Amino acid sequence: MTQAPPTLRRTPLHDSHLALGARMVPFAGYEMPVHYSSIIDEHRTVRSAVGLFDLSHMGELQVSGPEALAFLRYALVSDPGALEPGQAQYSMLCLADGGIIDDLIVYRVEGGYLVVCNASNRDAVISQLASLQAHGDFDAAIDDRSDGTALIAPQGPRSPELLAGLTDLDLTTLGNYRSMRGRVAGVDCLVARTGYTGEDGFELFCDARRATRVWDALLAAGGEVGLRPCGLGSRDTLRLEAGMPLYGNELDRSVNPYEANLGRVVKMEKGEFVGRSALAAVQQTGPRRRLVGLVMRDDAIARHGYPVHVGGVEVGSVTSGTLSPTLGQRIAMAYLPAAEAAIGGEVEVIVRERPYRAEQVKLPFYRRPKPDAGLI
Amino acid sequence: MPNLPDDLHYSREHEWVRLEGSTATIGITSFAADELGDIVFVELPEVGARLTQFAAFGVVESVKAVSDLFAPISGEVAEVNHALRASPELLNSEPFGAGWIARVGLADRAELEGLLDAAAYAELTAG
Repeated sequence: MTQAPPTLRRTPLHDSHLALGARMVPFAGYEMPVHYSSIIDEHRTVRSAVGLFDLSHMGELQVSGPEALAFLRYALVSDPGALEPGQAQYSMLCLADGGIIDDLIVYRVEGGYLVVCNASNRDAVISQLASLQAHGDFDAAIDDRSDGTALIAPQGPRSPELLAGLTDLDLTTLGNYRSMRGRVAGVDCLVARTGYTGEDGFELFCDARRATRVWDALLAAGGEVGLRPCGLGSRDTLRLEAGMPLYGNELDRSVNPYEANLGRVVKMEKGEFVGRSALAAVQQTGPRRRLVGLVMRDDAIARHGYPVHVGGVEVGSVTSGTLSPTLGQRIAMAYLPAAEAAIGGEVEVIVRERPYRAEQVKLPFYRRPKPDAGLI
Repeated sequence: MPNLPDDLHYSREHEWVRLEGSTATIGITSFAADELGDIVFVELPEVGARLTQFAAFGVVESVKAVSDLFAPISGEVAEVNHALRASPELLNSEPFGAGWIARVGLADRAELEGLLDAAAYAELTAG
C-alpha cells in the first residue's frame, strides 16, 4: 500500500499568495511562495525600494520564568545577558561538540525572550532546549508560539517610510537589532528592525489571525513606495550577496561557528555553556576549515555541492552559489582548508566535470550604502 | 498557452524547431522559459558538434536551478546564438525569436515525425 505524501502546511497568508500569482513550492514542510513575478525583479526591488516577505513558517519560541536568562546563557553560544530591554542578537544553538543545531535571533522582550529559529529546525531547537531545561532544572518555560504567530517582513531602503505611515510607533527611536511593541494597521505587533537581506528593514510578529490585515495594509500602502511581494527565491539571493549563511548550506551539525566566520558570536567569557570546551579548543588552534567568498572568473555558475580544487586537488565544495543580480557577477561560498583560505587566492570549481577558475574575495559581496541622514 | 507559433515543430521536452530548407533553428518554448523563471546562463553547444535527437546537448540555468537542453532534432551545429552569452534573458523575453539557441544542419527529415505540431504541444502543456 502506498502512503499519501505528507500534506504541506500553509501560512495564514496562503490565499494572498495565490491571489498575487505566486509560484508555490514546498519548503520545510510548508507551501511557500518562491516568487510572484521574477526572482531578479523582486531582488532588485528589495535593494531599491521595499520587498514584502511572508516568513510565517519560521519558529517563534517564548522563553520566560525566573531563570529564563540563565537558561538561555547556558543553551546558546552568545550572551543574551548583554541585551538591553528591546535589544536582539544573532546567535546559535550548538551541540556539546560545537556543531550548530540552528542559527537564530534572540530578542529581549516583555516577559522574557523571544527565540526565532529556522522553520526546518524548529523541532530540533525545541527538543534541545527542552532537554537542557529539564536536565539543568532551570526555572524557565519554553512556549512554542510558532503556529499562532505570523511573521511579515518589509525589507528595503523605503521600508521605514512605508511603515511609518502605518504605525503609531516612532521608528526614529527603533535602531538596528531592536524591537518595540506597537500597532501596525491597527494590529498589535512586535516590530523588530532585523532581517536577512542586507538592507534596512523590519520583521513584524503578530497574531496569525490578524496576518492578512497587516499584509493587505502594507501591500496597499506599498504602491507609493514601489513595494513588491517577494518570495524565498529572492530571499536566498539577497542573503547570499550580503554574505549571510543559510542553515543547510553553510551551517549544519558538522560545522562550528569559527569555521563559518561566526566566532564573534561566541562569548566565552560569560561562563559555562553547551559546547564551550569544544569551541574553546577550536578558538585556540583556529578552525581547520574556513568559509570563503568566491567570484567566478571563468564562464560558469558555481552551485551547492560542486567540488572545489586547489592546485588540482579537491579540497572542499561549494555551499551556495548563484548569479548576483546586484553585482552582475557569479558568486559563491565554499569551505576551504584554513591553509588555502586567502583573499585573492585562486581556486577551481568543477562544473559538469570541467574546471572553471574562481577568486577568493572578502565577504560580504554586497554592503548597503551608508545612510546620509538620521534615522527614519 | 498564448501565441504558440504555428510553423514550428515541438518536442515533449519543450524545445522547438523552425525548418528552413535543410537548416533547423532550435530553441526552448515560452512554457519552458516560464517554468525556469529568470534565465541567467546558457551553455551553448560548440559549432561542429553533432546533436542526437532527444539527447542532452547543453544547459540552461535559472537563478535557482540547472536544466539540461535536449536536442529536438539530430544534426551538426552550424551556428550558435552568441547574443545569449551576454543576454541569457532573451530566452525569457523572446524564446521563439531573438532567443534562438542554435542552427543545425538537418540530418534526417523523418525525425520530424517524432515532434508535435503547435496544437498538440498546446494540449500537452495545458493539462
